[in-house]
Order: sequence, then structure tokens, then C-alpha cells
Amino acid sequence: MNMMTQTSITDDGRTIGGVQMKVDNISLRFGGVTAIRNASFDIRHGEIRAIIGPNGAGKTSMLNVINGFYHPQDGTITFKGEKRRDMRPHIAATQGIARTFQNVALFKGMTTLDNIMSGRALKMKRNILWQMLYVGPARQEELENRKFVETIIDFLEIPHIRRTPVGKLPYGLQKRVELGRALAMEPELLLLDEPMAGMNVEEKEDMSRFIIDINEEFGTTIALIEHDMGVVMDLSDRVVVLDHGDLIADGTPDEVQKNQDVIDAYLGVAHD
Amino acid sequence: MNSDIAQLDGLDTIPKLLDRNAREIGDKPASREKEYGIWQSWTWSEVRGEVEALALGLLELGLKKGDHVAIIGNNRPYFYWAMVACQSCGAVPVPLYQDSVAKEMAYVLKHCGTRFAIVENQEQVDKLLEMGSKLKTLKQIVYIDPRGLRNYDHTSMRSYKEVQKLGREHADSKRGKQKLSLREELEKRKAKLTGNDACVILYTSGTTGEPKGVVLSHYNIVATAKNSSEFDHLCADDSVLAYLPMAWVGDFIFSIGQSFWTGFCVSCPESPDTMHQDMGEIGPTYFFAPPRFYESLLTTVAIRMEDASAIKRNIYKYFMDHAGKTGGPILDGKSVGLWDRLKYALGNILVYGPLKNSLGLSRVRVGYTAGEAIGPEIFDFYRSLGINLKQLYGQTEAAVFVTQQPDGEVRADTVGVPSPGVELRIDESGEVFYRSPGVFQDYFKNAKSTAATKDKEGWVATGDAGFIETGSGHLRIIDRAKDVGKMADGRLFAPKYVENKLKFYPNILEAVVFGDGRDKCCAFINIDLNAVGNWAERNNITYASYQDLAGLPQVLAMIQAHVEEVNESIASDEMLSGCQIHRFLALHKQLDADDGELTRTQKVRRRIIEEKFSNLIDALYDGSNNIFADTEVTYEDGRKGRISATLEIRNTRVTTIEQRAAA
Repeated sequence: MNMMTQTSITDDGRTIGGVQMKVDNISLRFGGVTAIRNASFDIRHGEIRAIIGPNGAGKTSMLNVINGFYHPQDGTITFKGEKRRDMRPHIAATQGIARTFQNVALFKGMTTLDNIMSGRALKMKRNILWQMLYVGPARQEELENRKFVETIIDFLEIPHIRRTPVGKLPYGLQKRVELGRALAMEPELLLLDEPMAGMNVEEKEDMSRFIIDINEEFGTTIALIEHDMGVVMDLSDRVVVLDHGDLIADGTPDEVQKNQDVIDAYLGVAHD
Repeated sequence: MNSDIAQLDGLDTIPKLLDRNAREIGDKPASREKEYGIWQSWTWSEVRGEVEALALGLLELGLKKGDHVAIIGNNRPYFYWAMVACQSCGAVPVPLYQDSVAKEMAYVLKHCGTRFAIVENQEQVDKLLEMGSKLKTLKQIVYIDPRGLRNYDHTSMRSYKEVQKLGREHADSKRGKQKLSLREELEKRKAKLTGNDACVILYTSGTTGEPKGVVLSHYNIVATAKNSSEFDHLCADDSVLAYLPMAWVGDFIFSIGQSFWTGFCVSCPESPDTMHQDMGEIGPTYFFAPPRFYESLLTTVAIRMEDASAIKRNIYKYFMDHAGKTGGPILDGKSVGLWDRLKYALGNILVYGPLKNSLGLSRVRVGYTAGEAIGPEIFDFYRSLGINLKQLYGQTEAAVFVTQQPDGEVRADTVGVPSPGVELRIDESGEVFYRSPGVFQDYFKNAKSTAATKDKEGWVATGDAGFIETGSGHLRIIDRAKDVGKMADGRLFAPKYVENKLKFYPNILEAVVFGDGRDKCCAFINIDLNAVGNWAERNNITYASYQDLAGLPQVLAMIQAHVEEVNESIASDEMLSGCQIHRFLALHKQLDADDGELTRTQKVRRRIIEEKFSNLIDALYDGSNNIFADTEVTYEDGRKGRISATLEIRNTRVTTIEQRAAA
């Protein structure tokens, strides 16, 4: 626990700071079903934190709790030192939490550019009338935000699909556009729900590189759910393992890999 | 040669041309690049400032006269400036193919003993680091895009911007025995540089053996740029899109030689993937592309027209037929009836204009193609639209230009008349020789190859067999001299001739014909995934992969029909009728430069294919109906995998001379 408050440097030279997000004794129930039972862990500034577990372990529920979509019955969430019972999605967003979804949730009929621009909505202060007139400060604001969006397009290497409606894009690229939209919010904490699901090896490698680069270049903290163990072990600094709503392990990839409970959960042992 | 240099009025090196441009047309745009969705431009005087800052920084880092500097990345203004900055310091840039795998790169870097490398991004830095201890000479890496490199060891690595900053900061600090400031040192080196000094080393991909480093002098480049610019009346208002590999001599001549000579602006696309869109926005007036580019563009148009509505299809067909008859003559300034002209003008409004615009070719005044033969239908298609597409014949060893077609004398089957300043000679065996101001100095550290290619009087062997057409004086190329062989019964074997005929079909991407010393010809065919895939979709034929598609009986039947058509056309040529294809198979994988089967400029490496697929060739000749193939493939990131399939071998109809006589 002593390392939780101080800064440390990883092997590859990144700086990891103090605790950014802490979840304490979270329990989440849907009627009689317990999705998460008494889970506590933290996410530190600048780290890549993975949440893994077998199907139905409560991983996505956990992300939904963090981002305020679900409200836990018990426990508290502390984000940037502020303690609360639960989050509200729009508050989470204004406070710097962005996310992507397991099933891509983009505006299919809109172009890549417009989709990523929509991620800037929170940064736009002028009302709709100003924006429709597109004069003076509204125009200025639009240009500034567009400039920011262009840096993201460049960063994610998608200039060739700038004007393509996202519905026409292959799945791997849609995932990248969705990541772009989350980045447009300039998040401090980025939640990625299975960013590599359904991708081939090459696309996975690309996506891994983008995740590392986002973390390095912008210093964004990243919490991700992922099934590909190779990816998780390579990318993340620390891993949380959930199984049937219980937090069964928390530690570095190495520690987690050797943990007997984790092995049992994945290989399947009779639960009492 | 010194007297020749004198003809350039003291403008005998690239850095001198840059100084002149900055002085005389300082506020005209010189470089453009699309970044963040907007075209950024730099004027000639700004470019001079950028080049100088980088050169000073490189001097500060210890770049010596005669050093070799590797340049690796996509076409970007920064690289063109870097090459000129190196030249200003008396160093020689060595551009490399950016998509080469580490092993191929290592050969070139080791061979030229590169001390500095200027590269684009993390991907290229990683390749250099992977070679690590093998590259003892490499002292400094300069990268353009810092992304992902933040936590790398920076003892011998710097960003491009940092080097420029270093140069600007230290420009006036004095050092060394002579107490010269960096700026004075740079001016001294620039003044010392003459037309006889090496300007660039370009490694030819080589269809056989290891690549050879062609050393071209400043005089070679400047004189060739001058001659060729005058030939096509290029001027400072022309516009060029730089998208071909910088390691290829053509890009060096167009984007540096001719651009610096005439002062025209060179634009770089946002990324290789956006090239077509960017081209539409820039609208180049002077454009070069290999035949494959024009072929694939035409294939895209054809596919899109197939999918269009019936009305559009009919309008397109009607006017394209008309253009086929009248477009060429109108472009050549020949007399065409008033009615046909009016119809052509209408077609221009309805079809040709919009089509050219969407292809990004509407402003092209001079368009070239070279490197391989281009299909006559493809060539005529573009010319009938009113695009002045011409052919040239060139080599790295000639600083590109050997022959080119003058306006008004353009045909698909010749490569034109000798370029200004070029002398041509055909020897008894039919091989083409040339001598010109662009003739290279030597192959770097390879005196044996130099002696074998260039004689004492400066005549260079092209390695191509050809003849000069009586009457027009145009050169016609038959085939690579060493590929032209004899079949077992003594008939002429010219594989390229047949392969080109096959490749003119949109469905066939590549073909390799065998038959040297054998009793009959057989072929490997590579189908074109785009064209055949689209055809399959439209005909409700499902397929899982390239390999699957290539093995479908319907596809094989289609290819067989193509091969038989080619056979028929070859049969009519008495000299080459022995080259008809008796049996063929469709390969289960696309021939690829990463597997060594093609050169980086996409030419077939015959010997390697013969070795690698020897079992398939045996099967072609032993009469079997199918053969199991299992081949190693290299993925883009350098990893290996295997592809295996059972390939069907088909027999094709051939026409013998007796049959022709009987018919």
C-alpha cells in the first residue's frame, strides 16, 4: 500500500503518479443478481490498468459504475480526491472520463470527422443559435475545435477516411474512430471496453500501439477490459481480475498470471 | 566535361540552384504538404532557411564532407530539404525504400557506410535499432515524427526540429583551428562543391543479385533536369505531386532536379492512402506514374461504371466510344470534322471533364509513364480523354531520361526519340546503348559492375534489346536482353512480350512465362484481387480469400480465355509464335517484394521465382493436372507464415503455323 501515494517510474520510462480513481467496497445488484460484490481497487495517474475476467465476471458493469452509468447499491467512488456515492455520466464526462464501448456506438450516417467533432461538444460553449449563424466567437470556437480534431485524425492515422461515413468503414477502423471520439474530450481517464474485440492480429498490433502512444504522449490514464491475454500482459502495468462479481486478484501481470484463483477461474473449477 | 558544366552558368549544383531560387523567386511556393487536413506551403526563401538551419545543425553534430546520409520515409518536404542540406555540407544523401524490411535496409546501409540517418518515425527508428551492432558506422539518427520515441535512449538520436534549433543557436559560434563559425564553414563547403561532386546515391532494386549504388553527380542531375525541362517546356508555374518512392531516381529528378531548375512547387500527400484525394485537390500539371497506376485507375473507373445506373452507363459508353475515335487526333492537333469536334466538346462537358476531375488529371499538361510497357487500350483511354500521356524510357544510370515522346508523336508501341543530349547505339546483338550528360559516375564500391555496364567512352549498356524504327526514328524495346532466349527448337523466346500482353487484361495482375531452352512455353498467372473479386461479387460467386478466389473453376476458365486470346494474337507474329502458352496455373499467393519475388519497383525477379517455385514449374512440364504448393510468405511486419493449396493446371489451345496456314 505504501507505493499507492508516491510516483514511480516504469521499466519503459513512463511516470506513474498517485491514485486518480479509487473504488471502495462497490456492490452492484440487479434485483436478485449480484453483478459486483464488495470490490475495491484503485487506478493511478498515468498507468494502464486492465480489468480481466471470464464472461459474466462483471467487467463491463465495473466500467459502467466508474463512468456513472450504473449506480452501485454500496460503496464509494473517489475520483481526483472527490468522494461520491455514484457518478453521473455527464459529470464523469466534464470531469475528464471518456470511454469507448464493447459494441461500437458511433453515429453510422455521419463522417469520421463529424463523429470525432461530436466528442468536442462539451468544449463548445456557444449556444445553438450562434453556431447556426457561424459568425464571430462561434466560428472561432469551431475552428479551434476542428484543429484539435485534426490532430487526433493525424495521431490515429485516419486522414484517408476523414470524409467517409463511418457506417461504411470496416470494423477495425470504426473502433479507431470511436477511440478518436473519446480522445476528443481530452480525457484524464480513458475507459476502453474490449478495444480489440473482433480484430485480426495486425489490427490488434495497431490498436496496442495507439493505446501505448496515447498513454505516453498525452499522459492519459487508461483502464481497459480485454480478453486477449497476450495483449493484456504486454500492455498493462497492473491487472484486476474479476470472477462472478468477486475481485479475486489485483497485481502486476506476472503476479496475476501465477495466482491460483485466477488460473482456476479461467480453466474452470467447481464453485462451491 | 568541364566545358559542359560551364554551360550551366555557374548553376552546377543543387545548393546553388536553391540560392538562386530564394533570390529570384523567393516568394513563390516551393514545397507543400497537407497536414491536419490543410495544405501548408513554404516559399523558396523559407525552404532556403529550413535547409540552412538543418545543414548547420548537422555540421554541429559532426557531419563530414563525403559522409553518406540515409534518408528513409514517405514523401515529405522535410526529406527533400534534408537531402539538399546534406549536399550543402558536402555529404551525399542515400534515399532508401521506406517499406524495405530491416534485412534489406541493412545491406544498403552497410554497403555505403552511412554515418547519419534521417528517418520519418518510430517504425524506421526501430528498424535501425534492430540492426544495432551490425551498423558500426551509424552515429546519429534524426527523426521527424517524435511520437512513441519519447522514452528511447537519446544519446545518438534527435528530432529534426531539435537539429534545426541546434543549427540556429550555434550558427555564429566560432570553433576549430581556423576559428570559423558554423555559418562560414557551411558557406565554404557550398562554395567548394562542384558539378563533378556526387549529388546522390540511388540503390537500384536490381532484378538480379544485390542492389547496386548508382552514384550521380550534381552535373548529371542539373544537366538532365535542364534538358528535360526544356523538352517539355516546364516552368515555375507547373505543379507536381511527389508520391513515388524517394529512393527511385524519377522522384529525385522530378522533385529535386527539375523542381530546383525550373522553380516549380512540389506537393506531398497527407499520407499514402490519401494520395488520390490530394491529387484531386492539387491538380498536378506535370505527372508521372508507372503503367500499373494507370491500369488500376482504369480498373476502378470500369468497376464503378459497371455499378452505375443504365442511363449513366449508356452515356459513358456512347461518349467514350466517340472519344476513342476522335480524342487522340484532336489531342495530336490533327484535322477532325466539325460535327465530331462538337460531339467531343459535348462529351467533354458530360463525361470527360468530370471524369478527369475525379481522377485528379484535369490539369495535366505533360503526363508520363515508364518502367514497363503500357497496354495500348489503357494508353489510348487516357489520351482519348484529352490527357497528354506520353512514354519515356529511362534508367537510374541515365538519371532517368534516355528517350521520350515529343508532343504530337505519341504511340503506345514506341518509347520515343532520344532525349536532348542523348546519343543512342544498337549493337549487333540488338542491345541498346546510350551516352548522355546524365550518365552515372560509377556503381559505389563496385568497379566490376561499373566496367561491365559503362565503357571508357561513356557508352552505357541498357540490358534491353530493341531497335530504332526506320522513318520515325523512335526506339522500340522488345525485352530485357538477358531474358530473350531460344527455345529448344531454336525459336525466339521473349517472355516479357507475352507477359505484357497478358497483363493488359484487368483480371491479370502479373504473369511469369517460362520456356527458355524448353520445347514449349508455360505460365504462372497472378489474378487481380480487385477486378476478379468485383467480378465474382457481381456474379454471385462466393470466395473466402485470394487463394480461394484464384482456385475457382470459373476464374480459371476466365483466365484460360484470356490466355487463349493472347495465344491467338502471338500466333500471328511469325518471329514470336513459339511463345504461345501451352499450360498455365493461377498462383495461390500474390507475388510480393517482401518475399523477394518482385523488386521494390514491382518488377518480376525471374530467377528467384524459378528457384522458389521449381516444383510448380516441373508440374507444368510433366503433364500433371494439379500440384500441391506450400509457400512461405512474409508479412509486412517481417514475420513469416505459410500458405498452401492444391493448384489446378490447365491446358490451353495454341495455334501452330501449319494450322494458321491451313486456315
